[in-house]
Amino acid sequence: MSDNNSFRAEVAAWLEANCPASMRRPIVAEEMVWGGSRLQFQNEDQRLWFERCRERGWFAPGWPREYGGGGLTPKQARIVEEEMARLSCRQPQYNLGVWMLGPVLLEVGTEEQKREHLIPMMRGERRWCQGFSEPNAGSDLASLKTSARRVQDADGEAYIVNGSKIWTSYGDQADWMYALVRTDASARKQQGISFVLIDMHAPGVSVKPIELISGKSSFCEVFFDNVRVPVRQLVGPEGEGWAVAKKLLQHERAAMSKFAEGGAPSHDALAVARPYLQEAAPAQAAVWRDRLAAQLMDAHAFALTHQRVTAQAMARQDVSGPAAIMKLVQTEQEVAKYELLVQVMGLNGLSWEGEDFTALEHDICRQWLLTKTYTIGGGTSEVQLNIIAKRVLGLPA
Amino acid sequence: MGFLLTEEQTMLRESALAFIAEQSPVARQRALRDDAAPLGYDAALWQQAVELGWPIAALPESAGGLAMGHAGLGAIFELMGRHLAALPLLSHSVLAAELLLQLQDGAQQQRWWPLLAAGDGRLALAIDESQRHLPQGFKTTAQASGDGWRLDGEKWFVIDGVGARWLLVAAQVAGEAALFIVDAAAAGVTVTPLHMADSHNHARVRLDAVQLPADARLELHDAATALERALDCARICLAAEAHGIAREVLERTVAYLKERVQFDVPIGSFQALQHRVARLYCEVELLDSCVRAALSAIDEDSSELPLLASLAKVRANDLCERLLNEAVQLHGGIGVTDEFDLGLFLKRARVIGQTLGDTLYHRDRYARLKGF
Ligand SMILES: Cc1cc2nc3c(=O)[nH]c(=O)nc-3n(C[C@H](O)[C@H](O)[C@H](O)COP(=O)(O)OP(=O)(O)OC[C@H]3O[C@@H](n4cnc5c(N)ncnc54)[C@H](O)[C@@H]3O)c2cc1C
Repeated sequence: MSDNNSFRAEVAAWLEANCPASMRRPIVAEEMVWGGSRLQFQNEDQRLWFERCRERGWFAPGWPREYGGGGLTPKQARIVEEEMARLSCRQPQYNLGVWMLGPVLLEVGTEEQKREHLIPMMRGERRWCQGFSEPNAGSDLASLKTSARRVQDADGEAYIVNGSKIWTSYGDQADWMYALVRTDASARKQQGISFVLIDMHAPGVSVKPIELISGKSSFCEVFFDNVRVPVRQLVGPEGEGWAVAKKLLQHERAAMSKFAEGGAPSHDALAVARPYLQEAAPAQAAVWRDRLAAQLMDAHAFALTHQRVTAQAMARQDVSGPAAIMKLVQTEQEVAKYELLVQVMGLNGLSWEGEDFTALEHDICRQWLLTKTYTIGGGTSEVQLNIIAKRVLGLPA
Repeated sequence: MGFLLTEEQTMLRESALAFIAEQSPVARQRALRDDAAPLGYDAALWQQAVELGWPIAALPESAGGLAMGHAGLGAIFELMGRHLAALPLLSHSVLAAELLLQLQDGAQQQRWWPLLAAGDGRLALAIDESQRHLPQGFKTTAQASGDGWRLDGEKWFVIDGVGARWLLVAAQVAGEAALFIVDAAAAGVTVTPLHMADSHNHARVRLDAVQLPADARLELHDAATALERALDCARICLAAEAHGIAREVLERTVAYLKERVQFDVPIGSFQALQHRVARLYCEVELLDSCVRAALSAIDEDSSELPLLASLAKVRANDLCERLLNEAVQLHGGIGVTDEFDLGLFLKRARVIGQTLGDTLYHRDRYARLKGF
């Protein structure tokens, strides 16, 4: 215990000395540093924070040192996370590889795959995207059709991939994709699917951005035209990609709910609403105040639940029940929060651009639209409810 | 913040579970209601709980307690909720105990602390004076009279007031909050039972020119602050009881959905119903976290205690309203029959929701504490 305390003190001191003040302000979307071959910094603080964390292996404090991680015990890694959250430190690098693919490779990847992929991730040189969804396979992911035919050619064994993916976040910025493909069309739905890693620069890959209602185009369609994927890029056994994907989706849900700790761009609801509350007529102000308090209490209850589940997990208690609610609750709360903020601001909350409104007003409007994606991506709320009903409460199919 | 029970607290919880499940199942509460039991609880059961040390479970060793903390006591409240066990723990062991523990005067401590362990000289707090909880708004007055005090006023909804040997009465002394300990048998004190939907013990207390000795005024550093802390502890324990009710009723409802067949399938296979109970489950988990955090805030004497008390109370109130209504609806016709236990849970949950602050009261308080 006292060892952990002194470790915590060390971590806190290091963060205090090394995390620049501007990296402790709430993140805004434009300032997220995405690792990858197109890595860019907007300012010196971003670079410093990125490089200092990289040196320590703190893009992933709990991963083994040999793959570029921090080599800490789970308890220590959690302390690093907690201390970063306490000081409101931003994530030094945003990368789906670190959050989702990495833990899966550590568990089921080959030694060669770990070396080939984890180390560049930990250097912040390789950005990953997720190629699961297809036009006719969203919630019903297992109905996907992108095919991978196994061949033997001059360069060895490989899959020839044909088909397309949709809703691939930042597909146009990514260096690599982890994807689900069908290696056996005759097998039953969830069998015959394999999990492969695809180089986005390989011949035959093309990417087309899709614009979002928030005015951004982070989504892409990705097309595969006879793309060659060497067999060594297969993760887990052929035909058993579904099991690998399920592991990964657990990490996705965990990562998404962890956003509450300062990972994703968000606003302090009270700070944003306060001036508008003061301008409102008294009778209305009282109602807004009540609704805002309700919102803050929702967030408070969620934060406490996050802490509780972490504490219970550390004590090796079964947390599968409460853990299953985290993604649903956190994303729905974000949606409700922005809905409230936009309304508290009146028509100013629906401003798109121009000098007549504040930057914050524009920002809230776009963030409000962006939150609409939260309850769809990573499994819709309805699918989360299905999971809770069936797996946690044991209700019949 | 401690979200986990210690080994001792877990043992206390387990022995409480066995005791309550055996001695005070829901059928016991139904019988108390049917017999119109004057105390609203079973005196023999209370005596057993006293022997188990529950009234002093949370008290520090220095006051003769078991030092199980409120986290330990909260686990008992949760189980009381699950089994609808009625025991005067909230009044005696939380509200009164918290106030007496804050006594500054050694003589008063020596006189009153031993009463906490002995359940027969039960204590109850009389504070509210209208249909709503308004802890700063009491009008009962105490005036210097002879060598002592004269008390006048009327208190409503005194928790476990019927049969209490001693009443702790909140009164104004020259515009300031003060607390008096009053012998319920003293001249001028009239205690009448209030028959509420939950069949628990609630009383109206009239104080007509009640003459008290000088040392009836409790020596507290600051009565208003002491009251606020005691009330917060009780609000949190009520939230723990509500959490127990919520979990129990959710589990019963899920079990019912699995077994009730309509259209040749268990109704629990209908997604429209699955999603409703899944949402309730989320809320129960959130309430669980709020209750545990608040209980541990008491034990750690955290400055966040008031904030967490209001948080836990609001979420308990809101969830109990929603969950019990949903549970009745999902049970269909049987849910509204008296023969079925659900109604007993519904009634108790609603009384909890109104006791020591409804949702609006605590949301307003939370907002104030947050500075807006
Ligand atoms: C911000 C964002 C980022 C994303 N990023 C990626 C990415 O990087 N890579 C990737 O592969 N995919 C990504 N997705 C896709 C995402 O996984 C899918 O959008 C999601 O799984 C839903 O599929 P769908 O859009 O086809 O909707 P559908 O499955 O068609 O669903 C439509 C509606 O029907 C409901 N519904 C469907 N099935 C059921 C059911 N069984 N029970 C009850 N209701 C049901 C849904 O809840 C929804 O309300 C992203 C999505 C978003 C919004």
